Amino acid sequence: MIEAKGLTKRFDDFVAVDGIDFEVATGETFGFLGPNGAGKSSTMRMIAATSPRSGGDLTVLGMDPAVSGSAIRARLGVVPQDDNLDTELSVMDNLMIYGRYFGLPRSELRVRAAELLEFFQLTERRDDKVDPLSGGMKRRLAVARGLINEPALFLLDEPTTGLDPQARHLLWERLFRLKRDGVTIVLTTHYMDEAEQLCDRLVIMDGGKIVAEGSPRELIRRHSTAEVVELRYLDPDEHQRSFERVDGAGDRVERLTDRIVVYTADGDATLATLQNRGVDVTSAYVRRSGLEDVFLTLTGRSLQD
Amino acid sequence: MTTTSSPVFRLLERELHILRRLWHGIVFSAFVQPVLYLVAMGVGIGTYVDQNSTAALGGLTYVQFVAPGLLAATAFQLGVGDSLWPVMSGTKWDMRYHAMVASPIGPGQVLAAHLGWQAVRTTIATVAFLLVATPLGAIESPWAVLALPAAILLVVATASLVAAFSTSVEDASSFPLVMRIGVLPLFLFSGTFFPISQLPAFLQVLARLSPLYHGVELCRAATSGHASSFGAVVVHVLALLAFTAVGTILGMRSFAKRLTP
Repeated sequence: MIEAKGLTKRFDDFVAVDGIDFEVATGETFGFLGPNGAGKSSTMRMIAATSPRSGGDLTVLGMDPAVSGSAIRARLGVVPQDDNLDTELSVMDNLMIYGRYFGLPRSELRVRAAELLEFFQLTERRDDKVDPLSGGMKRRLAVARGLINEPALFLLDEPTTGLDPQARHLLWERLFRLKRDGVTIVLTTHYMDEAEQLCDRLVIMDGGKIVAEGSPRELIRRHSTAEVVELRYLDPDEHQRSFERVDGAGDRVERLTDRIVVYTADGDATLATLQNRGVDVTSAYVRRSGLEDVFLTLTGRSLQD
Repeated sequence: MTTTSSPVFRLLERELHILRRLWHGIVFSAFVQPVLYLVAMGVGIGTYVDQNSTAALGGLTYVQFVAPGLLAATAFQLGVGDSLWPVMSGTKWDMRYHAMVASPIGPGQVLAAHLGWQAVRTTIATVAFLLVATPLGAIESPWAVLALPAAILLVVATASLVAAFSTSVEDASSFPLVMRIGVLPLFLFSGTFFPISQLPAFLQVLARLSPLYHGVELCRAATSGHASSFGAVVVHVLALLAFTAVGTILGMRSFAKRLTP
């Protein structure tokens, strides 16, 4: 579906994407995970054939975006980070008119739009304007619009950013069904749980570069430990005292401003060790390791900064 | 994929779809505005003007003189108004242009559809204007039908230049200034209400750099049935084509830069 080699995007002196390599296979759900400014959106725009690359090679659906941009876009579905729904049109017309941009016949669009509204639970709002819709509904409509041309490849840039938990879960559930139906999906996110839930494979980006690549499970196994003990203190002195005592209690220790993170194979055993050393563990909690920890390990920074 | 029409026409479908809902208002104002202007200026002011010699007006009554000026000014203002805030919105606020270029449609086609839509709106306004102006005695010649292509050429020249500007600036803060020190003086001093021969020599030179001046002269030649010379008509057409060429080249560049960075 997609092949990138040494893919680069420069804006004047600023290098947004710095020579990245990746491949996406048919039927796969592939993620770009990273903090804001990592180069995820720039990469997505190059794949979407709406931003020319500055260097490297890129093939999308077997074509070069620099040559066959329009033909590629005809077979893509795109959900941008910022909603750009047509505020002058109704919910239904947003799908109909957008479908016309692809040159699809109206009779076919009417059927397809009705199905999509049903699938994304928007049928009751079909004649309403876009503005009064909730954030979750707008995003669902944007996702529905992206599917109006039955795309071979579906690109979503931060699909659930800014949504409340309920709206996120509803959208995830719908995306999961698309994935099950065999739609190839590429998404960017800075939410770990989103990447873990949806992605078969992902790359972690930081500063325009890919710092790791694999399935969520592989990445956790390779770059983190099975479990994590987190210690939080309100008192900075207590934070400091505990930090001095945790050294060697687990495989590795990260000290963040708001917490201390101890990586270990066995969380309960580490907790006992810490208690024996006189560390205050009243606010400690043990959890399984996740992609957040992979990111922290690889970059030394927390993702949501 | 089934292609049923050219991309530009598919974009115009959107505009027509919205117009279908709003057409009462658009058609109503297209008729009311020329009535108000022509009665106030042509008939009201014209009564006093016509008491003096109208030699400077080329033998036309004032209403016959000012009507093509107002017709061209209407097209000019339409082209400017629709190419400032609405174009800025397409690239920055509601970002509908970004949605368009995510489909097979490209930035150049978005610009072409914008200009095409200005031509459609100007056609509605011009037809309404001529229908109102004729019974008021402002139209002298059947050549007046050529005021339509003249007005379309004027609006496309104007809209392409202004849209190129709107996609080159970062925000709309300069737009009120454009209206006040750009559009208003051009509206008043492009031969719209009085011949530019009444202006000081250096302002006459400036007036010739205004697309509106060339549009006014073409519309006036059409509605009066008299041009100073065939060569003058050719010069006005070429001037508007030159403005269109510059506006379109700059616009293609700035639309592409803005929509496909």
